[in-house]
Amino acid sequence: MLESLKGMMLTLASTVTGLRRPVTQQYPTQATPVKPRFMGFPALTWDGGVSEPYCTGCMVCIRNCPTQCMSASMMDNPKHADGDSSRRKIVDYFEINLNRCILCGICVEYCNFDAIVMSHEHEMSTYARNGDRVNLPALLDIGKKYQVKTDWVPPTVLAKQKADAAKAAADDTADASE
Amino acid sequence: MAEPAVPTAIPERADSQPVEMLLNMGPQHPSTHGVFRMVLWVDGEKIVDVEPHIGYLHRGSEKLCEGEQYHQIVTLFDRMDYIGNFNNELAYCMAVEKLMGLQVPERAEYIRVILCELNRIASHLLYVGTMGLDAGAMTPVMFSFRGRERVQALFEAVSGARLMHNYFRIGGLKEDVPDNFRQLVDELMPLLKEDVEQSDRILTFNEIFLSRLKDVSPITADEAIGLGLTGPMLRACGYEYDVRRAQPYSVYDRFDFEIPVGLDGDCWDRHWVRVQEMYQSLRIVEQAMEQLPEGPVASSLGRRLVRPPEGESYVRAENPRGEIGVYVVSDGTDRPYRLKVRPPSFCNLSALRRLLEDTWLADSVVVLGSLDIVLGEVDR
Ligand code: SF4
Ligand code: SF4
Repeated sequence: MLESLKGMMLTLASTVTGLRRPVTQQYPTQATPVKPRFMGFPALTWDGGVSEPYCTGCMVCIRNCPTQCMSASMMDNPKHADGDSSRRKIVDYFEINLNRCILCGICVEYCNFDAIVMSHEHEMSTYARNGDRVNLPALLDIGKKYQVKTDWVPPTVLAKQKADAAKAAADDTADASE
Repeated sequence: MAEPAVPTAIPERADSQPVEMLLNMGPQHPSTHGVFRMVLWVDGEKIVDVEPHIGYLHRGSEKLCEGEQYHQIVTLFDRMDYIGNFNNELAYCMAVEKLMGLQVPERAEYIRVILCELNRIASHLLYVGTMGLDAGAMTPVMFSFRGRERVQALFEAVSGARLMHNYFRIGGLKEDVPDNFRQLVDELMPLLKEDVEQSDRILTFNEIFLSRLKDVSPITADEAIGLGLTGPMLRACGYEYDVRRAQPYSVYDRFDFEIPVGLDGDCWDRHWVRVQEMYQSLRIVEQAMEQLPEGPVASSLGRRLVRPPEGESYVRAENPRGEIGVYVVSDGTDRPYRLKVRPPSFCNLSALRRLLEDTWLADSVVVLGSLDIVLGEVDR
């Protein structure tokens, strides 16, 4: 009897604190913000400097995807011929079947060109049966949204900055010890 | 024409003797924790026999593994025991690392242990909540899910996903933990401790709960070993066996923790063991956070294709549900030749017939709940 009463007291105490400060989020009017590393649906990034996607259509991500939910093809980059871009090849066609994607992030890990990101987009249900097949423009749109939202810096650039900073710090300590 | 197997008419009562009745429970029954079907043979309110039916969630994971490359298989292990994802990933990664003779960096080992123990707490919190529901208490689930939500928020910050993390890699981790990891864990620990304490206080010694669970389907240690029970199911019988202690893997030999054991091996002891395990897991996380070294989190393997040498390896690890074993056979290519999992909840579930012997029909739900099965792992 005593233990049951103790349990009831706990419930009562929680009710009182809960009335003062509710913890329940009223989804969908009020959504919990996602964490910076949140893995939503994959999207392609846009290189604003030369106005073209980062993706070269090399298909590395496609070979590494556990569910084979993507397809892509590459073409010669016209901008490279003009000398505007350093990318010899560029993506021609890209499609992800988001219904099959399991949001594992392996594609992002294996891309060598910083071209694909796990966006924060996750509320993407559609009414059409094939409505979750997204093509290149749609993927780039999601990607741009993500880039703006998170102030995206290409991971390779970020890694280089970090390495440079570490090197500078090491040099400083070396100088100090001399 | 052959007789129909299922009687179509109500059997006649001879001399008003009780008749045995076939009772179908599940697969769409809320207390089966997934899609699990029991065909119960009852005599009045007593269970005479039970026939478990599994396979409603069968996806052929082991066969699928043969067609995937080694680094892709981690995603499949996430989906086997979907309550203890990190523990599952760890078991698989250890199996391949053993096959390749890979050394995992210290820091990665510690982070793995921290995440696995937090995952154990999250899993046991879910268990406490559903056990309460099975026994008819609605409140505990509210308390335990609050704690579970906090752990999952941390997982999301670390791995980017709340459930299917895909964070452990063969030879280390996908990436280092976020910079504010220490702060996140420090904030989480006191809150989580309170949640564990509260969900313990509200349920474990409650008189109604006690009378529902105490002395229900007790089992002796000898019998439990004979049936292949592991994990909390075995420890509840008073037998101190925990893979983390018996055959320490990762860095578990560096922590000071106790192995809670029960007395009678009944449903309540199983519940108690799990609750006590949560406190021990909290202790391990605290110690691991103190010892957490700096350094790299991935081995020299990097992103290169995993191609273990020809051979086979078997590792075991302690999952929230019991002992998981992963057996990998490699033929030297980038995909395993064969992969076999010894799933703890499947082996525990195979003791169901013995556990339900001579119990009341109303207790079948409690007994099944105390097994703490995850159907994703039972059916694979
Ligand atoms: S996203 Fe990356 S890996 Fe995939 S095709 Fe484009 S450049 Fe290649
Ligand atoms: S997140 Fe995983 S499943 Fe989805 S496209 Fe990338 S590799 Fe494929």
